[in-house]
Amino acid sequence: MTGMPLLSLAIWVPIVGGLLVLATGSDRNAPMARSMALLTSVIGFLVTIPLFTGFDNSTSAMQFVELARWIPAFNVHYYLGVDGLSVLFVLLNSFVTILVVVAGWEVIKTKVAQYMAAFLIMSGLLNGIFSSLDGLLFYVFFEASLIPLYLIIGVWGGANRVYAAFKFFLYTLAGSLLMLVALIYLFMQSGSFSILDWHELPIAMGAQNLLFWAFLIAFAVKVPMWPVHTWLPDAHVEAPTGGSVVLAAIALKLGAYGFLRFTLPIVPDASQAMAPMMIVLSLIAVVYIGFVALVQADMKKLVAYSSIAHMGFVTLGFFIFNPLGVEGALVQMISHGFVSGAMFLCIGVLYDRMHSRQIADYGGVVNTMPKFAAFFMLFAMANAGLPGTSGFVGEFMVVLGAVQYSFWVAFAAATTLILGAAYTLWMYKRVVFGAIGNDKVAKLEDINGREFAFLAVLAACTLIMGIYPLPVTEVMHASVNELLQHVATSKL
Amino acid sequence: MNFVVPDFAPAVTELFVAGMSLVILLLTVFMRESARNIGYVLTQLTLIVAALLTIFTMDGQVRVTLSDMYVDDLMGDVLKILICFSVITALIYGRGYAADRGFDRPEYHLLALFSTLGMMVMVTANHFLSLYIGLEMLSLSLYGLVAFDRDSARSTEAAMKYFILGALASGLLLYGMSMVYGATGNLSLSGVAQAIYNQAAVYDGVSSKTVLMFGLVFIVAGLAFKLGVVPFHMWVPDVYHGAPTSVTLMIGTAPKLAAFAMAMRLLVGGLFDLAEHWQTMLMLMAVGSLVLGNIAAIAQTNLKRMLAYSGISHMGFLLLGLLSGVVEGDRFNALNAYTSSMFYAIAYVVMSLASFGIIILLSRSGFEAENIDDLKGLNKRSSWFAAMMMIIMFSMAGIPFFIGFFAKLSVLQSLVAADMVWLAVLAVMMSLVGAFYYLRVVKVMYFDEPVDTAPIHAASDIRVLLSANCLAIAFLGLLPQQLIDLCQLALVASFQG
Repeated sequence: MTGMPLLSLAIWVPIVGGLLVLATGSDRNAPMARSMALLTSVIGFLVTIPLFTGFDNSTSAMQFVELARWIPAFNVHYYLGVDGLSVLFVLLNSFVTILVVVAGWEVIKTKVAQYMAAFLIMSGLLNGIFSSLDGLLFYVFFEASLIPLYLIIGVWGGANRVYAAFKFFLYTLAGSLLMLVALIYLFMQSGSFSILDWHELPIAMGAQNLLFWAFLIAFAVKVPMWPVHTWLPDAHVEAPTGGSVVLAAIALKLGAYGFLRFTLPIVPDASQAMAPMMIVLSLIAVVYIGFVALVQADMKKLVAYSSIAHMGFVTLGFFIFNPLGVEGALVQMISHGFVSGAMFLCIGVLYDRMHSRQIADYGGVVNTMPKFAAFFMLFAMANAGLPGTSGFVGEFMVVLGAVQYSFWVAFAAATTLILGAAYTLWMYKRVVFGAIGNDKVAKLEDINGREFAFLAVLAACTLIMGIYPLPVTEVMHASVNELLQHVATSKL
Repeated sequence: MNFVVPDFAPAVTELFVAGMSLVILLLTVFMRESARNIGYVLTQLTLIVAALLTIFTMDGQVRVTLSDMYVDDLMGDVLKILICFSVITALIYGRGYAADRGFDRPEYHLLALFSTLGMMVMVTANHFLSLYIGLEMLSLSLYGLVAFDRDSARSTEAAMKYFILGALASGLLLYGMSMVYGATGNLSLSGVAQAIYNQAAVYDGVSSKTVLMFGLVFIVAGLAFKLGVVPFHMWVPDVYHGAPTSVTLMIGTAPKLAAFAMAMRLLVGGLFDLAEHWQTMLMLMAVGSLVLGNIAAIAQTNLKRMLAYSGISHMGFLLLGLLSGVVEGDRFNALNAYTSSMFYAIAYVVMSLASFGIIILLSRSGFEAENIDDLKGLNKRSSWFAAMMMIIMFSMAGIPFFIGFFAKLSVLQSLVAADMVWLAVLAVMMSLVGAFYYLRVVKVMYFDEPVDTAPIHAASDIRVLLSANCLAIAFLGLLPQQLIDLCQLALVASFQG
């Protein structure tokens, strides 16, 4: 399989498949559009499996590299490759795409072909982001991925969808445009758009600081970090279930991935200098946003805020600069992909039946939907970081790393274990337990086979990663060590 | 008295177009009303043959002829071909529209042909006189076209405004040219360049320098009017809005290429040694255009006015390319800068053609689809053309993978190369503002329910050509290299150094 351009396939299979789905046209052909979308997403996932099985854990070098000239005028290449930091996200993304297609199967009734196509095209673009080794190629995928998500939120979203779609698009664009200038500046300095060349490029401290800020604004919006997080709750609340899943599971990881691929290795000295600020911002996200999540009345908003808190953990793990922290953060990113995706799918299951996301409209769901309640319980526990679930592994590693850095940072970070449990379980209690809240709840039907399937798959992933995370961390070791060496080496 | 017969061969395209214009003029006088199609067909044929003639006589050589009035070089050839194609496309898009409104008379096509001839003369001018003649030929034809819908008060008003301001701008330009002539004693652009170069070498007094500067200011002002950049932009929204859409299509596209050529000929060809002076002026105008164009566009509810303001901001971007050529007297970035500018001009014309094409497509007799709200729910009415319009809007907003992004990228990298990072930052910030109103169009098409549910009636030639035009925006975005190479090649061949 080594001869196949696997990364190109991972990118272009979903995009071409998406265009074909689009060609099925009107809703008369909806069944065909659905099956084609499922087929495409499954093929899209299958082509990424050799990336994992054929991955060489012992090296930090880029693997599955593809290199071709694209725009010689600006020395831009079609340059793809993955290392231990990125390979898992390609898999996660392709996997989540299948879930999203399945989750939207019966729920989406209008413009089915466009809905499926938007998700497939976005999946390809997201794979492009994670596998680009050329700065401009990265940027092109990064920006282009805004278009499908903008449409998904705006067309299939809730009541206030227009506001949310605009806010999402403009916030993210604002960040990334400054990054474009930074990329061009790096191109002028190095004569190349290759990210790996930039890793070796010496840069003066003043320029490093400016570059750091340009990258920070781009990635902080995407993560999102406090205080530029306000677009996320709006986007999550208004997006259809599938949109929320992709947003939480994959799109949020782009910002964090950007820190690893660009900020830390390209401007290590500025990163070191700014680390205290980054740690403070991360802790604010963890603690303050944790409290904000506690008081939410809307389930989706609650999970959205919990995502911000979890991503605060990720950025914290990066900027304490030790292997435990960075690896923990990466594990947390993968785990959060499963768990937050599952949480949004669970809320979607409820929403499809009740058309409400307000916690107050529920109560006693366990009486009518016992199977669902069991799954929801597992994911709520994972979200709270219960040992034995994937949520625990990452948080524990980051906290351990933070102890090495400073006791008080670790102390503040560890409050998430309490806060996370508080807001998730309290929400769970109000929705699921207690007496049956109202007539609508009494009439609820338990999950069907389709819903059972995607929840069961996610439950398995969550548990396996929680009990035996070694295969995941093994993939990262070499690349994380290499990255930390980079950060420790001054480029002045 | 010795009279040398000039070499007409390099100017064969212009001569052909001029000859054909006269033939068509004569023919149509004697034609019956029912045969008015002939005017259209002949015009299109003329343009196609003109483009082919240019393609087949194209080579990398620079030939100056007609007593220094005319220059045949690769930049001119490339732009002439693009102008021909742009006018051909505009005429095809506009044909049904004009027929529905009863002004597809032979004069309409003739004026379009004359304006094309004017543009060609501008593009190949090597002399103040020929440049001015070309410009006036273009402008006078366009004034006529804007007023073509005689019974419409709005069109008439737009034409008056265009004419008066245009005449003023021509006056400014002419005044500037006369001053430069006074300072250098030359009317040919190469002569002017030589004279300024010599003067710089043996500096001969303050007075002629002052006169030269005054001339430069007036020339830049006249040029700015034709490009439609702040502060000489006032005519743009009114004329775009007031003119029949098929005419707006012509004003907003090919003449931008001609104006770019004029800027290249005057500023780079003739007044290159004054670059640091005109660059500062262009910088002020570019900043003004980016800010005003983008912010004013937000407030528009009329799609044509919105596109007019967005056009102002795009021209600001084009100026950013032109002004980054010379850095503190050093010309290392010149080729890069002018290439980016030319690439931007071409990209803009492709996008602009498509955007007005969509407006024409949605209009029908008695109904102008020119408000943004008229696009409501377009996705439900025709998901294909909604997707096409989305491509145009995202391309104009500078979102990849479309050509608009690469045009912006090439200008931005030229700015950064010229150490003007702050201008690049300002430009991207204004692009962000711009993204809002382009997104709003997408929002209206995709998120809103249709108000107007009439099916789209359009001839198949428009449908096919418009789709091809939009797909070209996407395709050139995937593979922009060839176009960039073409621009670079043309500029290298035309301005060595």
